[in-house]
Amino acid sequence: MTAFWTLQVLNALQHAALLFLIAAGLSVSFGLMGFVNLAHGALYMLGAFIGISVAAQTGFWVALIAAPLAVSAIGALLYLCLLGRVARLGPMPQVLVSFGLVFIATELVRIVWGDIPLVLDPSAALAGRVDLAGATYPVYRLFVICIGAAMAAALWLGVNRTNLGAALRASVENPGMARAIGIRTERMFLLVFTLGAGLAGLGGVVAAPITAANPGMAVSALIPALIVTVIGGMGNIAGAALGALIVAGIEVFGAVLFPAASAVLIYAALAVALIWRPEGLLVAKGAR
Amino acid sequence: MKPFVFSCLLAFALPAHADTTVGLMLPASGNYAALGQDIEDGFRMALQEAGRSNIRVIEADTEADPQTGLTLARKLIMQDRADVLVGVVSSAVLGAVRDVVHQAEIPLIVANAGNSDATGKDCSAFITRVSFSNDQLNRPMGEWMAAQGISSVYTLAPDYAAGQQMIAAFSDAFTAGGGEIVGGEFTPFGKTEDFGPYLAKAQASGAQALYVFYGGADAVSFVKQYDSFGLRDTLPLYSVGFLTAPLYLREQGTSAAGVIGALHYLPSLDTPENEAFVDAYQKAHPDTLPSEYVVAGYDAGRLLVGALDSGAEGRAALAAALPQVAYTGPRGPLKIDPVTNNIVQNVYVFETVEGPDGMTHQVLDTVEAVRDPPNGCAME
Repeated sequence: MTAFWTLQVLNALQHAALLFLIAAGLSVSFGLMGFVNLAHGALYMLGAFIGISVAAQTGFWVALIAAPLAVSAIGALLYLCLLGRVARLGPMPQVLVSFGLVFIATELVRIVWGDIPLVLDPSAALAGRVDLAGATYPVYRLFVICIGAAMAAALWLGVNRTNLGAALRASVENPGMARAIGIRTERMFLLVFTLGAGLAGLGGVVAAPITAANPGMAVSALIPALIVTVIGGMGNIAGAALGALIVAGIEVFGAVLFPAASAVLIYAALAVALIWRPEGLLVAKGAR
Repeated sequence: MKPFVFSCLLAFALPAHADTTVGLMLPASGNYAALGQDIEDGFRMALQEAGRSNIRVIEADTEADPQTGLTLARKLIMQDRADVLVGVVSSAVLGAVRDVVHQAEIPLIVANAGNSDATGKDCSAFITRVSFSNDQLNRPMGEWMAAQGISSVYTLAPDYAAGQQMIAAFSDAFTAGGGEIVGGEFTPFGKTEDFGPYLAKAQASGAQALYVFYGGADAVSFVKQYDSFGLRDTLPLYSVGFLTAPLYLREQGTSAAGVIGALHYLPSLDTPENEAFVDAYQKAHPDTLPSEYVVAGYDAGRLLVGALDSGAEGRAALAAALPQVAYTGPRGPLKIDPVTNNIVQNVYVFETVEGPDGMTHQVLDTVEAVRDPPNGCAME
């Protein structure tokens, strides 16, 4: 029975890693700019499909780097041309425009890649399985856990231990004062948005070998990511990581222990979080 | 030469049949768009093969939305004065249009939706199905697995009408054959992308085999994940054949090797009728094998042409003539059961194997002329 629970703990960690990659960018742009960017789901989907096309030409490792870079570029372009303007207009235009982008991206993906779901085969080095405490676990899923943990650590260090991170935190907590002391908050926004898009792209390409890439994934990934953001608290990395662990834990152990209720458990958790701590478990001061 | 020219002129001057208007109700957008396209391709292939130019086809994009389907069915019936409706992919849309079709007394040829009720307790003299029913594919599979000496099974399927109907039909047949269902889960439909937690439960259940129904993107990711956990040796995978259908097999690749399923059509069937059909399809779609959806569309067309050839004209005559049509087509002998208006057809139990040109299906067993019991169907 230990093997069974080891498997499920690993499943939960792997699910949390994917959720973190999607939710981190969403959470930070939420906290920093007050921008509800629903197009984040579309960026995640593009990461998966671009990754599959690149991998078909050059192999998995190149795709793992190229897809997030390509999606960052798309994100930066979107921010400069459209979303940067919309971000100042308040929540309703933000939601309408960014959700409109989801529909456009979904149809574009259908035109370019078709309706049949596609898969990405990971590098041969990541194929196969290992034995851990009596459980047999796919190597690729361990790799996903490592990527999630590494990105979380790197982002946390970047935000809390570097000058750029200090400027970023200042822009979140008090944008007016940050501008007064010479931090170019506009540029900071663009940087954060681009980075968030890249993370979503990385999430997409990393998820593709596990969940087949399909045009429906833009919407299906968005909802859990929003729940992670709300539960964890907007605008900080630790919150996104904690939220991802909680949501993944509820989804995996809910499916194991209370299968009949598994579909509603995360919504119940969301409701509890909104009543008990509407600002999220961990929250950046400025976003309060 | 002269008599030939003359006969050609005559053929133009005196059309042999009056025009027939077909309302084609298929999703052209959304999750089922690929299926809709396949069905339409097959349907038009049958009309073209029959050389009929006097059939007017009006397309209606029903999506998978019952409300849209109902609105468009009314439009086709009342405004376009269609003689016959063809299509319907989603079981939910079929449920929604059933009463309108029945009351308007217009024949409907169902080319996909497997909802068992439509040829069971909600059957109608005007609804004829040429695809399959959920019961029809799962019952033989349950009997077959029990006969193979498999004693215990764990089941997984998405939590919606089709998933529940399929697993129920399988479980009834499997337990009647002496097998035991040791456990099972219905996974949240459209929300489950990671089957890891469920696969671990299936593994821990100690069952001898795993039986599932998944389609669409789920079919591809489920097979990939099953393979990545290395369950092939300890927990062999059986399914309703949609899991490794031709549409998904190319993406699944060798992960699908060894999966056993049951379907009403396989592109690899070794019959002259199927060979001719595959050749004709590949002329228009190089390097693609026809899916069971193309065949369902094709047979819907064949049924319509057959009814028209028998001299039927207009809604009532067509509705009466459609169930009379019988022939041997790509999937084998095909006829309509007069008791339910559901198709009677062979079900092929197959193993997904690696062939010389990629993955293919190898028939293990043929369950001939599978006919659904009436299930409460009483046609007036």
